[in-house]
Amino acid sequence: MRARVFVTLKPSVFDPQGRTIAESLHSMGYGKVADVRQGKYFELELQTESADKARALAAEVADKVLANPVIESYRIELE
Amino acid sequence: MKFAVIVFPGSNCDHDAYHAAKHVLGQDAEFIWHKETSVKGADVVILPGGFSYGDYLRTGAIAQFSPVMTAVKAFAAGGGPLLGICNGFQVLCESRLLPGALLRNRDLKFHCAHVHLRVEQTDTPFTMRAFRGQVLSVPIAHGEGNYFADAQTLAELEASRRIVFRYCDESGQVTDAANPNGSLSNIAGICNDTRNVVGLMPHPERACESSLGSTDGLVLFDSVVASLAADGALTA
Repeated sequence: MRARVFVTLKPSVFDPQGRTIAESLHSMGYGKVADVRQGKYFELELQTESADKARALAAEVADKVLANPVIESYRIELE
Repeated sequence: MKFAVIVFPGSNCDHDAYHAAKHVLGQDAEFIWHKETSVKGADVVILPGGFSYGDYLRTGAIAQFSPVMTAVKAFAAGGGPLLGICNGFQVLCESRLLPGALLRNRDLKFHCAHVHLRVEQTDTPFTMRAFRGQVLSVPIAHGEGNYFADAQTLAELEASRRIVFRYCDESGQVTDAANPNGSLSNIAGICNDTRNVVGLMPHPERACESSLGSTDGLVLFDSVVASLAADGALTA
């Protein structure tokens, strides 16, 4: 099974990279892009027996390694 | 007394720390490779600067899982003086030995310069020979030194006097202009609740010889030697 993990900075954390991208877009004329926040995307190939086990394993890996809970939160999609 | 300098793959300020301890202070020093499972009787442990694991995933994120970190955590739990410098500070935060996290510098630039630090607390093994308000000139070299913690953690750090160093101007004023990276409350370094683990982004080990432009970093090393000689008796 494959799990996709999306890791994003918590809203309270200033994201200078996202801000820089947004400002670049504005200077290119994309005024309708109000804001940009940059995150990370991971694909996990999991050898688990069920979707529940896959989700639990992905969450454990995300909690322990992929995301730093001080500054990031995550969501998981399974396929 | 013996200083242990932990070496992760990608650490590159390990030699500077070793040099300061051994050749400037005249103490015993040893490198400990990250795969070792003991700190080999060291009296002081240093996590040096550099780019452990290439800063992959997040700075310090993978180093927290190196085998040696079990022994480093045990050393800290036993009250031993542990100093994390730059990447070492990042590793301490990822390991939860210190709270908070280090983010990308707010202007997205890597800053390599001498800055001024104000010593805020002198009851840690690394600052006991300093005085409150002392201004130190110390170099920084980092792209991710922007200290962040949530409001509750920041309040706790302030209330429990665990902010050990703040960025300031040369007269000791803590101003935004003196803040090289956007760190909240100009925090340059903090300690844990038992005050034996200190992390800071600047490099005191590169401010121990006048040929390098400042000897203000010596006070951190003199302090820890004095703290061990005095059997850990600290004065505020």
